[in-house]
Amino acid sequence: MTDQTTRPAPPVPRSAAAQALTDGWVVAQRNLIKIKRVPEVLVFVLISPIMFVLLFAFVFGAAIDVPGDVDYKEFLIGGIFAQTVVFGATFTGAGLAEDMQKGIIDRFRSLPMSRAAVLVGRTTSDVVYNVLSLIIMALTGLLVGWRVREGVVDMLAGFLLLLVFAYAISWVMALIGLIVPSVEVINNASFIVIMPLTFVSNAFVPQESFSGVLRTIVDWNPVSTLTQACRELFGNIGPGLPDQTAWPMQHPVVYTLGWVVLILVVFVPLSVRQYGRATSK
Amino acid sequence: MADMIQARGLVKRYKEVEALSGLDLTVPEGKVLALLGPNGAGKTTAVRCLATLLTPDEGTAVIAGVDVLADPQGVRRLIGLSGQYAAVDEHLTGFENLTMVGRLYGFPKARARSRARELLERFDLADAGDRPSKTYSGGMRRRLDLAGALVAEPPVLILDEPTTGLDVRSRQQMWDVIKELVSGGATLLLTTQYLEEADRLADDIVVIDHGRAIAQGTADELKSQTGGERVEVVVADLAHVDGARRALAAVAVGEVQVEDRTATAAVTGGAGALRAVLADLERDGIDVLDVGLRRPTLDDVFLSLTGHASETGKPSGDPSEAGTDTTDTTTGVTA
Repeated sequence: MTDQTTRPAPPVPRSAAAQALTDGWVVAQRNLIKIKRVPEVLVFVLISPIMFVLLFAFVFGAAIDVPGDVDYKEFLIGGIFAQTVVFGATFTGAGLAEDMQKGIIDRFRSLPMSRAAVLVGRTTSDVVYNVLSLIIMALTGLLVGWRVREGVVDMLAGFLLLLVFAYAISWVMALIGLIVPSVEVINNASFIVIMPLTFVSNAFVPQESFSGVLRTIVDWNPVSTLTQACRELFGNIGPGLPDQTAWPMQHPVVYTLGWVVLILVVFVPLSVRQYGRATSK
Repeated sequence: MADMIQARGLVKRYKEVEALSGLDLTVPEGKVLALLGPNGAGKTTAVRCLATLLTPDEGTAVIAGVDVLADPQGVRRLIGLSGQYAAVDEHLTGFENLTMVGRLYGFPKARARSRARELLERFDLADAGDRPSKTYSGGMRRRLDLAGALVAEPPVLILDEPTTGLDVRSRQQMWDVIKELVSGGATLLLTTQYLEEADRLADDIVVIDHGRAIAQGTADELKSQTGGERVEVVVADLAHVDGARRALAAVAVGEVQVEDRTATAAVTGGAGALRAVLADLERDGIDVLDVGLRRPTLDDVFLSLTGHASETGKPSGDPSEAGTDTTDTTTGVTA
């Protein structure tokens, strides 16, 4: 055994935000290594969006009538994108709930690292999942007849908006993942949030098919505006559609980004605080 | 010499249960303190309070001059923690685990890597360094965890039951590593349910039960609380037991106890008394099955302090523990 001749200098002091980012990146890399070691997890994460595209396109494709001159499959893809990235956030919650039960969390807690790093790392590595699942879905969509009819810049803007929104929802699920006691619970808990959010929206059926209060909820649901923004940016809205009456649906990109900011402002501090609590009980 | 760990009146409650009820601890620089007690005595709670993983409800703790409650992040820079449940990521290799820890200490990438290799080498894990730690044996995982605690060479080490559940060989290896660390000047707080472990490693022992210290001292001091050494003679022939009694009576302090073929007596002067007894037995031509100088084990100490056995001295499911408490405390001659 060697003598301790290379005594390291004390770590360089860093600002809290910079430390959260650099430490968060180290944790994110650790999460990504797990994907490499257990690729099975990834396979199943990526199969479900393919399944969704195929199920909706062929099972409901014939049954659901979309107003305007556009094919349901083309109408559907924007909604599937939105729904899948929102569902993907469950992964963040599950990953955190799992981390909290593992011995490694004791190592993290006893290190002079940023208290936000575990959360920053988890939400960041989950962006990789979302990028991969968007690619898979887009390819599947192209196979079943989806087409991008606007420019490349608009298309990229659409994907970026999806990723940004997914990132914000990740922080909501992070909080839930820290509160619930186990991975089993998180899957059910997140369903309660995600199912109404995605089904009371225009993701799968046109908002014209809702009426009264439900229609108002659909119009103001950020999943609807995210879907609407994608359809516009991908050029999947045919001519002859009824005019959008609600403000959010008229300005879907701005409204969706507003939600992203709001969610992050509320849930980042809440999650970080909850992490501190959960780890000092 | 400065005190590196100082805790006063630590209290931690969980609903109805008081896990710690006013625990005081002091560890001077470069010394080893063992916190000895059965399962549920509050050892792990105490360690977690000192390592900033738990906030105590009452009391104060200062590590190397830094207050645990006021500046937990400062304390984290000074301590290395290794727990009974190895805090390693099973999907990461040993090298990746240690590199990650180094980078979370703020090391640049290159230094985190070279430090990781250095530690793998030092803990006899170099060959396994690039395998996921999931494939490691329990002892290897424990060594990797300890290596993780040493990445930044902290002046204070806190080891929570470092050898619980390890087989005899791994335990011996762990002891060697710990002894070496201490000889390098580290201050160490160690919890254990193994009485022998405390005896081997610690300068000072605090016996803890129901969240409070019930005794403190060196292993020898604690042993002397339950009476001194005893010489025990087991004769081959029951007819000779009176001869053994006479031999013992010559050196005994107080009465000689005889039970079946075994005669025992409290003595002073340890080995000298044993030699005298052996000489007498030899002269009288008494055949003996076993002669030994028996020092009270820390198990005996625990029994006399608490009035109940330390149950966990020989935990079920850990066959390696059975018998280890007595093997080294009886320096015997078998005829």
